[in-house]
Amino acid sequence: MLASGILTSPAPMHIPDGFLSLAVSLLCWVLAAVGVGLALWRSGKALGERQVPLMGVLAAFIFAAQMLNFTVAGGTSGHLLGGALAAILVGPWAGILTVTTVVAIQALLFQDGGLLVMGANILNMGVIATLVGYGVYRGVMALARGQRWGMFAGGFVAAWASVVMASVATAVQLIFSGTSPAAVALPAMAGVHVLIGIGEGLITVGALAFVAVVRRDLVEPARAPAGGWRWAAVGLVLALAVSLLAPLASTHPDGLERVAEDLGFMGAAQDAPYQVIPDYVFPGISNQVLATIVAGLVGTLLVAGIAFAVARLRRRAVQGSVISD
Amino acid sequence: MHISSLDAYRPRTSLIHGLDARVKLVLAVLFIVATALTPEGAWPAYVLLAALALGVAVASQLGVGFVYRRSALALPFALAAVTVVFSTPGRPLLSTQVLGMKLALTGAGLVRFASIVLKSWLSMQMAVVLTGSTPFPALLQAMRSLHVPKILVAVARFTYRYLFVIGDEALRLMRARAARSGASEGRSGGSIFWRARVTGRLVGSLFLRSLERSERIYDAMVARGYDGEVRSLRSPALHSRDLLVACPFVLALAAIQLLARIRW
Repeated sequence: MLASGILTSPAPMHIPDGFLSLAVSLLCWVLAAVGVGLALWRSGKALGERQVPLMGVLAAFIFAAQMLNFTVAGGTSGHLLGGALAAILVGPWAGILTVTTVVAIQALLFQDGGLLVMGANILNMGVIATLVGYGVYRGVMALARGQRWGMFAGGFVAAWASVVMASVATAVQLIFSGTSPAAVALPAMAGVHVLIGIGEGLITVGALAFVAVVRRDLVEPARAPAGGWRWAAVGLVLALAVSLLAPLASTHPDGLERVAEDLGFMGAAQDAPYQVIPDYVFPGISNQVLATIVAGLVGTLLVAGIAFAVARLRRRAVQGSVISD
Repeated sequence: MHISSLDAYRPRTSLIHGLDARVKLVLAVLFIVATALTPEGAWPAYVLLAALALGVAVASQLGVGFVYRRSALALPFALAAVTVVFSTPGRPLLSTQVLGMKLALTGAGLVRFASIVLKSWLSMQMAVVLTGSTPFPALLQAMRSLHVPKILVAVARFTYRYLFVIGDEALRLMRARAARSGASEGRSGGSIFWRARVTGRLVGSLFLRSLERSERIYDAMVARGYDGEVRSLRSPALHSRDLLVACPFVLALAAIQLLARIRW
């Protein structure tokens, strides 16, 4: 049982070969290469010759950490993906490289994820999850202005957002490849991962709390250099970009074909009783997908807005005090 | 229990094991690309690809059952694609009502679903043979020869080296947790939040151990003359045997692609 727990990945996000079209796979490779290339450059500058041993061992850590689980209910267990945690603890660029290495090794060594679609898996879990997680974390930290709750709230939301966004990106790739219809893929993936993200958030906060107690220097708020808003913006833009791709997928040829057929054949009387196209598909695509996206966007903006408003109110309350960053 | 039992490599003295890792990697990827390009519903092409994969599996002496079983591990992901059976336009074979929505199962949808599953399974078979017949360090060296960035390969080598060390440490952490947890049969203790927090602390603890270990490793490397430059041996030249196997394989793939497009 332990062995099977090790072999099953934390979340159903590793896409196997055959599920993405060649065009989508290649595009994802290009995007992943850009992200990883950027990370290589930036982390090389920051770490220098420590880069290889540090990131190699940390990648091994992430892999092993994904084995640490806790019982959720009955036979299911919660795991860690680790993108957000990696980014918070070692920075976004090293985070991207470590998770990328984990994804590559999972594919090459354990067949967890395909070889041709590795670019997509790296893009989703290595680049998007890490950047979104880091952006959200820095945004919340900037809002908290150095207070302790910033680290925990930030860690939780960052981890949750990273998992959800990675799953949305996965769904978008499946949709564009024609492997899964938009009306099903997006709600299913996002829905499941909204729940899985909670487990990710809890574990991430637990880990951060532990590290904060034992090695304060690694997570001190003061350690975070200025520019938190820029990072928050990056994370938010990335999240929005991924979300907005989904409605574009609804103009996938399948959707148009069906509309064309529907309109074309509607008038002519066919002998084979053409089953009226299930209502859920075309109107479904517009409604369900757009509704999901809009809900996601509204939710994100709402949370961000509330957090911002609360921070403003608190700042006004301590206006006259000595404490300032 | 050791996590090292998860390493996919199985030493044998087979034709496939003896091939150069670069050749195997390229051929495996070509096979997967060819499978991806095969049109839906071109069943003879799929049969031929399956035969080719079977031939390679047999030649590798890994055991056909082993290859088939491991490659079937990805099939549960097929659930993600199953809805394509209902959403692909075409002549409906069967229609049902689910939750107030009309669902029409179409022949075209079944064909697409079957094609996706077949492509996935065939690609996995080739990947399993690749990793089962090639030691991972050799695979990394092959990637380096194919111009994957030096740093990435070096990090991956390190990860592989310490994967099992840190994985064993994680197993020990879980065993320690189990040893310190009293729970009645079938019930977990505490609330789910508490359990998640405890797991979080395990993760945090593992992180700190890994970080400090990496610092010791780095110090040891510097003490032995590490200067940041990652050096590796040059790969040996290709054998004629490698080309003798590669050429028919590539020709077979090309022929299958042609066949698939001409007839369908």
